[in-house]
Amino acid sequence: MDLKIKQKIKQVKKGDQSAFEDIVACYQDKVYQICFRLIGNTHEAEDLAQEAFIRAYVNIQSYDDKRKFSTWLFRIATNVTIDRIRKKKPDFYLDAEVKGTDGLTMYSQLAEEQPLPEEELESLELQSYIQQQIMSLPTKYRTVVALRFVDELSLAEISEILDIPIATVKTRVYRGREALRKKLRDV
Amino acid sequence: MNCRKDMIYLMHKYLDEELTLQEEKHLRLHLQQCEDCQKYFHELTRTDTLIRSTSVMQPSSDFTQNVMANLPQEKRRWGYMRWFKAHPALTAAAIFFILMFGSIFSIWDQPGQLSVSNDQDVVIKDGKVIVPEGVTIEGDLVVKNVDLQIDGSVNGNVTLINGEHLMASAGNISGEIEQVNQVFEWMWYHMKKFSKSIIDWAN
Repeated sequence: MDLKIKQKIKQVKKGDQSAFEDIVACYQDKVYQICFRLIGNTHEAEDLAQEAFIRAYVNIQSYDDKRKFSTWLFRIATNVTIDRIRKKKPDFYLDAEVKGTDGLTMYSQLAEEQPLPEEELESLELQSYIQQQIMSLPTKYRTVVALRFVDELSLAEISEILDIPIATVKTRVYRGREALRKKLRDV
Repeated sequence: MNCRKDMIYLMHKYLDEELTLQEEKHLRLHLQQCEDCQKYFHELTRTDTLIRSTSVMQPSSDFTQNVMANLPQEKRRWGYMRWFKAHPALTAAAIFFILMFGSIFSIWDQPGQLSVSNDQDVVIKDGKVIVPEGVTIEGDLVVKNVDLQIDGSVNGNVTLINGEHLMASAGNISGEIEQVNQVFEWMWYHMKKFSKSIIDWAN
């Protein structure tokens, strides 16, 4: 781990709140991406990532210096997000598909400020399609896929983050990938 | 196709970077011969690439500030500590002055504790220190919080702190006589003493 981050964590542990800012700046993208992969909604992902960082700050004393900080942080992020998924009631979001319109979301109902270049639009569509396919996976596969592909984490690290045996991680990556292969074959 | 299941397992292992050299060779040889497996392998790698390609999202630009604003309040102590760290020169100066004035006033305020640097040859009587007639004090004499009357002689400097030199009779002082009665004089005296001790030490 980065020496500077290690130093900052020490400062935070001693009670210096401002040192936490650099830690957030360093890991925010990764944490946000993991949350987004799991929850499938930008607005909620940001909210969850924020909650994950606040929890990390509050519980910083329980972090063991000898272990990797990102593992500890990602574990908090996945736990926070999985908790939310469990509690989640059906909700209304702009990126949710409008019933009976086959792939149309509420975003398409809003007036566009300026037309996007075709290429960018295509890649956005592709991205949202891929995310939809990931969202259709059961949570346990989705979690593994999110961690495996967001930060290129090793299977051993994923097993540590999720606190499950490495063999289980392997099986889940395997099954998740197989399921996505079938869904993304025709893209 | 019998080969399929083992081979698919190896393909996944390949994508997770878990293949041994031998397994890799085995897989490569097989892929060169089997078109179905080639296609399957292509689909799998493409799946990985597609998922990876969408992992470039970023949270809003004020994310960090939002997190910082929502943290529970830190202990106030840290606010001061940070200020001190940001202004080391001011902090050092402040500490210096606090210590200096603190010690000066505390010493100054000690009520009337009489002290004489050489109490063997002098006589203390009626609230004053007397160097009797016919007595010669060798070396410097420092008298604190008491008046001094010299009838004999002093072979050195005389310093009077918070006291008066009573010139009742013509005493004899070979060195300088110095009277310190005000806080600032007192400070000055201490500074001189301090710098003198530094010079002595340096020599």
